[in-house]
Amino acid sequence: MNRIVITPPGRISLPKLGQLWEAREVLYRFGARDITLRYRQTALGVVWVVLQPLLTAGVFTLVFGRVAKLPSGGVPYFIFSFAGLLAWNIFSGIVTRSSNSLVSNASLVSKVYFPRILVPLASAYSVLVDFLVSLALLVALLVAYGINPGWAVVLSPIWVVMVVLLSSGCGLISSSLMVRYRDVQYVVPFLLQFLLYASPVAYSVSAVPAKYRLFYDANPLSWILQEFRWSFLHQPAPPNWQIALSIVLPISVFLGGTFIFEQMERGFADVI
Amino acid sequence: MMSEAVIARLKRPMRRKQVERFEALHDVSFEVPWGEAVGIIGRNGAGKSTLLKILTRITAPTTGRVELGGRVGSLLEVGTGFHPELTGRENVFLNGTLLGMRQREIRRRFDEIVAFAGVEQFLDTQVKRYSTGMYIRLAFAVAAHLECEILAVDEVLAVGDAEFQMKCLQKMRDVAQSGRTVLLVSHQLQTVSDLCSSAMFLERGRLVTYGLVDRAMEEYKRSFTRTTPDMMEAAFRPGSGELRFTDARAIDEMCTPGNDVVVEFGAAANPEVTGSYYVSAHLKNEDGLLIVQCDSRVLGFWLDPAEDVRAELRMHTPWLKPGNYTVDLFLCKTGIMDIWEQACQFQVLPVMPYPHPTSPDGTERGVVFADFVYAQH
Repeated sequence: MNRIVITPPGRISLPKLGQLWEAREVLYRFGARDITLRYRQTALGVVWVVLQPLLTAGVFTLVFGRVAKLPSGGVPYFIFSFAGLLAWNIFSGIVTRSSNSLVSNASLVSKVYFPRILVPLASAYSVLVDFLVSLALLVALLVAYGINPGWAVVLSPIWVVMVVLLSSGCGLISSSLMVRYRDVQYVVPFLLQFLLYASPVAYSVSAVPAKYRLFYDANPLSWILQEFRWSFLHQPAPPNWQIALSIVLPISVFLGGTFIFEQMERGFADVI
Repeated sequence: MMSEAVIARLKRPMRRKQVERFEALHDVSFEVPWGEAVGIIGRNGAGKSTLLKILTRITAPTTGRVELGGRVGSLLEVGTGFHPELTGRENVFLNGTLLGMRQREIRRRFDEIVAFAGVEQFLDTQVKRYSTGMYIRLAFAVAAHLECEILAVDEVLAVGDAEFQMKCLQKMRDVAQSGRTVLLVSHQLQTVSDLCSSAMFLERGRLVTYGLVDRAMEEYKRSFTRTTPDMMEAAFRPGSGELRFTDARAIDEMCTPGNDVVVEFGAAANPEVTGSYYVSAHLKNEDGLLIVQCDSRVLGFWLDPAEDVRAELRMHTPWLKPGNYTVDLFLCKTGIMDIWEQACQFQVLPVMPYPHPTSPDGTERGVVFADFVYAQH
């Protein structure tokens, strides 16, 4: 029989990997719940997963491609913005969902014991399912437009993992902050909206005037977006230092987020 | 109300609430042998729920040490983890996983769970369409079938119909008899004496007695007639404390059955509190049994925190039986601001309210007297 000993948490707590592994099914169940819930009682159901990115890419093409006539690196504007949206939707989806996750599951957090870190982390599940559907669409678009992504396509899983780590890290921080400060729920959508326009999602970095380039060079999302287009659309690769940082930074943000979450977790049940 | 709160916030945007340290439990040491069913009793705010929350690892202790001989299954509130939009089947799996069951384990016991809850026909219906009874039955069934060594249950038997309550009691008895340990928090002394082989009585965060059920119950009952001086002190009372009762008294400290019970009370103003508040009074008898709840909301009676309040509560019915009674007062808005247990007490003298005296067996049953008539048609 295994003995469980409960003692007051120390000053610094680290995630207990053993417990997380024990509770891995919770992660899967949460993910499955999110996916089931999202399209239950919708008339079109899963069609929305396909329609949403297509419609957004259509709007971007119209506004930025046709009206503003911005360059798109030699590929059709539609597929150019679609590839950007692929990365952006992972980021904003995970950040939005995980930020709200603890508060919207307040009754669970205060009444049942399980590693709480699984609640925000499970948000990635349904977002990734959406991503896979969109990815299939992208492949179809590549074939339809006759674009060959080149060898860099093999690197694409790395960029996906990095954007997931980056957004999950941010989500861990914002979800644990939201338990104490509900202000976060107003700040996050605003920041995301700002980032959407401040990152080269709907347009190309080459369309940015030189005096603003420094800002774009410092934006991690800008690195990842360029890497997405490099891998999928045969666009020029970002500078090497950006590629290196785009791997180091998401990992650090994720570890940092985990650490912050663990420090704040002990008070959740009392505060939420 | 909303705008007032916003304005108050704008005036002092950075004001932080004063943090007060409060020890919900202090110096509670005990050892529970295998297969014991332990009842945990105590009055509101005694620390019963906190104790369970620490044992089930929902809250972390600030000091001390707990050693558990196995997995703890908890049932602190029926249906937490149930999602209204999911079907019964999906919820069984979700909730079971949350409580710590393996997929395999749930699949193996699935039929048993469903049969216990009696919801076979509605497995693929979303639980938001369930009746409250079905919802509770399914939720209890999942938790009760958890293969754990220790089962912690908090006041869940207060819900559901009588037949289902019996079933739950039987289930918990089986759990205890199979050598597992049951910890049960309850206000219903009947449940504790029916189910438990030992009991602990907590009072203001301290463990007073742990041992025979009868002894713990005796202590519990005694605590109702014993006025504890620091409960009278507003500063020591539970509740957020933004508003407090100042005084309370029963107008007739001695009365007879059939008299109106009148409680007069006051509450001090606090201009910083916005919106109106309500009060509630719980009348309890010597056994600690809650006889009536008089919540001012049901009458649309709300009070203004900007002014000092004097008010009275007048209760015409029921007719109280002879004995000692206490009144607990609650002052609430969205949260509870003041809990004043035994704010006042009074005695009902042994006078029969009925015209014809009989031997005691004509009046001794029941909790209260009623104003009743018989008429032949």
